Amino acid sequence: MGIYLPIAEISVNVFVLLAMGAAVGFLSGMFGVGGGFLITPLLIFYNIPPAIAVATGANQVIASSVSGVLSHMKRGTLDFKLGSVLLAGGVVGSTGGIYVFGLLRRLGQLDLFISLLYVVLLGTVGGLMLVESINALRATRSGAAPVLKKSGQHNWIHRLPLKMRFRASKLFVSVIPVLGLGAGIGFLSSIMGVGGGFIMVPALIYLLKVPTNVVIGTSLFQIIFTSAYTTLVHATTNQTVDVMLAFLLMAGGVAGAQYGAKAGQRLRGEQLRALLALLVLAVAIRLATDLFVTPPNLYSLSGVGLN
Amino acid sequence: MKGLKALAAVALLSLTAAAPAKAQTPLTEGIQIGLSTDAVSITAGFSGADLTIFGSLENPDPLVARQGRYDVIVVLEGPPKPVVVRRKDRVLGVWVNLDSETFENVPVSYSVATTRPLQDITEPNSYKQLSLGASNLYMQPADAGDSPATIEEFTAALRERKAAAGLYSENVGGVQFLSQNLFRATVRLAPNVPVGTHKARAFLFKSGLFIKESSAQLEIRKSGFEQSIFRVAHDYSFLYGVFAISLAMVTGWLGRLVFRKD
Repeated sequence: MGIYLPIAEISVNVFVLLAMGAAVGFLSGMFGVGGGFLITPLLIFYNIPPAIAVATGANQVIASSVSGVLSHMKRGTLDFKLGSVLLAGGVVGSTGGIYVFGLLRRLGQLDLFISLLYVVLLGTVGGLMLVESINALRATRSGAAPVLKKSGQHNWIHRLPLKMRFRASKLFVSVIPVLGLGAGIGFLSSIMGVGGGFIMVPALIYLLKVPTNVVIGTSLFQIIFTSAYTTLVHATTNQTVDVMLAFLLMAGGVAGAQYGAKAGQRLRGEQLRALLALLVLAVAIRLATDLFVTPPNLYSLSGVGLN
Repeated sequence: MKGLKALAAVALLSLTAAAPAKAQTPLTEGIQIGLSTDAVSITAGFSGADLTIFGSLENPDPLVARQGRYDVIVVLEGPPKPVVVRRKDRVLGVWVNLDSETFENVPVSYSVATTRPLQDITEPNSYKQLSLGASNLYMQPADAGDSPATIEEFTAALRERKAAAGLYSENVGGVQFLSQNLFRATVRLAPNVPVGTHKARAFLFKSGLFIKESSAQLEIRKSGFEQSIFRVAHDYSFLYGVFAISLAMVTGWLGRLVFRKD
């Protein structure tokens, strides 16, 4: 069944989009990530213009984050104070990101920049995760106890000034890296259409030493607001949010996420991480080949200003 | 016998013409086109269509008409817009948009219908003078200081891309004479035909000479639910953004209610 997307201005198949949303929702439920980093490249592969894929991806991320946060709120695994400080940084980063987004679009370098960012980030994160999970799998196979980082260990981040206490996270840390992390995620969110969970979660665990059980809820909490802000700014400055497209993805996504969460309980942590790493790397490789393969048309047209 | 008849016709014509106007001015041919509507609404599922334009010749010379030496070219020209043409080049193995050229006032679409192939109607020079035909359209570069070779290369690429998108098209034989005076032109509307004021122009040629031009305006609008969304997104973008966010939040909340598993 074909449907015409009002903003993307192309006809697409409803079932392809629902299935895409459900598949990504399933994976995001399984791995506990927002799924924005999969939705946006998938939309680009499906010939949705990158600018629209990014803005709509940000919109779709809100839905999956809301349903995630609700369950974390119930369990009490959410640090509102830490989330709010991250958010303050996020708004600044997001504003900067939208400005860069508009600038790159006018210069005609947006598509390239989005692809490059995806290749670099997904490649790095996927590679690190794969190495880490393979080591963990080897360690469990050889019977050795997994090596856990001691929570008492301090790094340079903990020597910065302007310290603040975050009770729910049992943390006493400078606000500078928290704001900085928020800003970085906000920037990526507006340029890549991702919530940034796949960077936020490891950064909170390894850099700020936030307890793992609080990390996902807090990260989702701040992602709701960062992507809401990103969506609003994209809608007003670039008019690139396609609600029809976003709604189809969300509808498939919220259903898929619940089944994914159930399936995820049956797999072991290291196996899950290895699978997710392979998936992330596959997307990165697919995007990277597009950068190097000779395009069928060297010339492209675009309007001056919008669209 | 035939020649005599034609002479008589010419004499008759000049007689009638001589009465109100100056003597010795034979009636010149004219051309008129009519559109049955001044606005066309296309829906979201629009997959392209043929637009028929009727027109008539005024005071045709029956002899010329019978020999088929009248030619008509009908053009439906979309609203002019500035366009950036970009060229990808390889930088360290990666394809990057490098050079670009901005053109002002490029018609978004340009469909041509003709009685015969363009090269058979008149000479390339007169097409150039009339700026008629997609390959003769003058594309005004925003930066006239660029080298002519570059401008030429990007102009050609612009035409090629427009043609590939179906926006610049040519329908040879798309104009048919139904009688000596009456003709019908069929121009192609591409599926992605831009909205706005389009201009229909008809050019009359007699034995390869340009005689007259006539034009009419046609408004192309999109209608339907999808178009309302598009309009709201552009006219009330802030409210639209708030709506998009609320929709996502409600969907997330409902999704949790409906599918909750914990």
